[in-house]
Amino acid sequence: MSQTQVVVSGTKSAPKLRAEHLGVVYDRDGQSMPVLEDIDLDISDGEFICLVGPSGCGKSTLLNAMAGFLSPTSGSVTIDRETVTGPDPRRILVFQERGVFPWLTVEGNIGFGLSKLPRAERERRIAHYVKTVRLEGFENSYPSDLSGGMKQRLQVARALAVNPDILFLDEPFGALDSITRVIMRGELLRIWQAERRTILFVTHDIDEAVQLADRVVVLSSRPARIKEVLTIDIAHPRNISSPRYLELRDELLKQIGLAYEI
Amino acid sequence: MSSLTKPRLWEKFFWPLIAAALLLALWYYSVVWTATKVFPSPLSVEKGIVELFHKHVLWADIADSLRRVAIGFGLAVIVGIPLGLSLGWYPSANQVVNPVIQLIRPISPIAWIPVAIIFFGVGDNAAIFLVFLGSIFPILVACISGVSSVPPIFRSAGRNFGLSTPQLLMRVIFPAALPQILIGARLALGIAWLVVVAGEMIAVDSGLGYLVIDSRNSGKRYDLVVAAMLMIGIIGLALDFCFRRLEKIKSVRWGFRDAS
Amino acid sequence: MRFPRWLRPALFIAALLAIWEIAVDLHPGQILPGPVSVAGGIVDLLQHGLLLKYVVASLFRVTWGFILAAVLAIPIGLALGWYRRGELAFNPLVQIFRPVSPLAWIPIAILWFGVGDLAAIFLIFVGCFFPLLLTAMSAVHNIPAVYINAGRNFGLSPSAFVSRVLYPAVIPQLLVGLRITLGVAWLVVVAAEMISVNSGLGFLIVDARNAGNRYDLVLAGMVIIGVIGLLLDIGMRSLEQIKSFRWRSLES
Repeated sequence: MSQTQVVVSGTKSAPKLRAEHLGVVYDRDGQSMPVLEDIDLDISDGEFICLVGPSGCGKSTLLNAMAGFLSPTSGSVTIDRETVTGPDPRRILVFQERGVFPWLTVEGNIGFGLSKLPRAERERRIAHYVKTVRLEGFENSYPSDLSGGMKQRLQVARALAVNPDILFLDEPFGALDSITRVIMRGELLRIWQAERRTILFVTHDIDEAVQLADRVVVLSSRPARIKEVLTIDIAHPRNISSPRYLELRDELLKQIGLAYEI
Repeated sequence: MSSLTKPRLWEKFFWPLIAAALLLALWYYSVVWTATKVFPSPLSVEKGIVELFHKHVLWADIADSLRRVAIGFGLAVIVGIPLGLSLGWYPSANQVVNPVIQLIRPISPIAWIPVAIIFFGVGDNAAIFLVFLGSIFPILVACISGVSSVPPIFRSAGRNFGLSTPQLLMRVIFPAALPQILIGARLALGIAWLVVVAGEMIAVDSGLGYLVIDSRNSGKRYDLVVAAMLMIGIIGLALDFCFRRLEKIKSVRWGFRDAS
Repeated sequence: MRFPRWLRPALFIAALLAIWEIAVDLHPGQILPGPVSVAGGIVDLLQHGLLLKYVVASLFRVTWGFILAAVLAIPIGLALGWYRRGELAFNPLVQIFRPVSPLAWIPIAILWFGVGDLAAIFLIFVGCFFPLLLTAMSAVHNIPAVYINAGRNFGLSPSAFVSRVLYPAVIPQLLVGLRITLGVAWLVVVAAEMISVNSGLGFLIVDARNAGNRYDLVLAGMVIIGVIGLLLDIGMRSLEQIKSFRWRSLES
């Protein structure tokens, strides 16, 4: 059972994000419940990492701790060698649903973090990201007029507009139907390849992880430890019927402990 | 709801007219059959309304009542919303202040009249004070509950984008709580209207409430009494209606999607 | 050391009372009494047996007016909420009557019932009837369609449907409406007593001022009104806590 993988191929020597002996213990009604135990993880700049694991294992907790919404009980998270102590616009979290502000239009949402910019620059950025997530024509629409997929695209646009170093996504496609999910995966990859940010993506969908990630971090059930880190060495665009894809997917299923015959 | 067919558009006018006609007929005939000398019939009330308008009394009284409501309610909004938002945001402060609110709230504003007269004398300001008292509690309650029902996700997102606490309150918490605050404000406006009329019956000498009591006292003009009551009802309804239009504004409407 | 939960609010109230007392003491000769004289006023009332008498009178009127309104408004409201056309017919009329302050009915109340208990009860009835009617109508609207369909699916007779689906489904919202309307009734009774009767807490306030400027009794009356109103509210809230009525909040 390995805990960290040596990072390969043309990345900087210093990791972008490092979690060291990260542990989180919840205190519920006087009883302490360890959720994360001894997580060690190095992530390089521009990498696309997926966190997978059984439901309720603590993937979201890990994400929240790394984004600064949760204080770890032990260990630390450093980004660019700076300890993470709270939420920060340099690392934006995209939620599974209901993350957009319903009282603002599409433009209002995307421009939310841009209030410190001069007007011209703000408008330019909003227009750019409306185009990036393909929401042209909806600039003045309210979230209540948008579909689930469109709302998630809006969240991503809002996150990208402030130029964050890292993007955290907490099962962002989990509330969408399966067809929309496939489309959204393509969109996210397209944006990632164009903008090249570091992405940390939590999912319980094995296929999603193999389709998207450079590396997949497998978490055990609670208390979560890193069981395995799998490197997906297929180039994009990935053929989901290729033998290598299926091989990696089966490996992942095995790691999680699921049978591959129903 | 159980009716087998959905009512058609014309029915929305038809049935109320039938009900109103029924009520008027009932009213008219009970006046005739009991041969009462005092209680007015619908016709005399109608004449009464015309009389009040011609004497220009009605416009002045309506203006007075509305003015008191506007000032009292406006003050309650200006004071109540920031106070309510702060109490909602700092639960420890709420814990301390809330018992005082719960003790004062059940005291009818009308019971405050002697105290109001001490501070403000008999007249406009006392009435405005009563309206303020009646309006502020629904607003406070709505703000406090509105803040606590803002989904934590909005708070997290706001912090994520680097907002300080005052910025968070203004740009996230307030808009998120606004639908609920509006409901409380509409309730408060309804109460303001009730309080101003009641207050005018006791502590001032102008306004629609005063008109009601004065019509009776100086001449037992029950036709004018009922006429004034009708005006009170219609204006109160109009106030409520206008306020509901506010709830239709797009940047607030999202909070009402489930309301029927 | 953990402080009991009531300590901080209690200290806050004590602080307010202290400020009040100091403000009054600094201005001798003005009319408003301080908390000490108000407390004395309460004791005074107790000793003369008036406190109990007035509280009972007010509660008596509230009870009758409130129960009469509930007994009439709730069945009618449920029926109107159920039959769309009935609601279409009567809703505009209700909407016109509702914004009229119960006190505006005083001349008519006195005309019909003379000065006395009945007039006050009538005013409370008017103040409670329309809100309860609307609450009942709205409660029927808010029954989730799935419950209605399930009831029909199981082939219930109309009376069984009402008692086994409709009634339990509307109770949580009705209880909240009843609690709020009871609060309204308490406000109305005090106001009504200030104008049209010779006993009760509202009358106490008016009488204490008119017959001798006893503002300590005025404020004592206000304090008691506040306390009893709060107790009524707490009492109704505990009804809402009964498990079988609570399904609504537990569900969501």
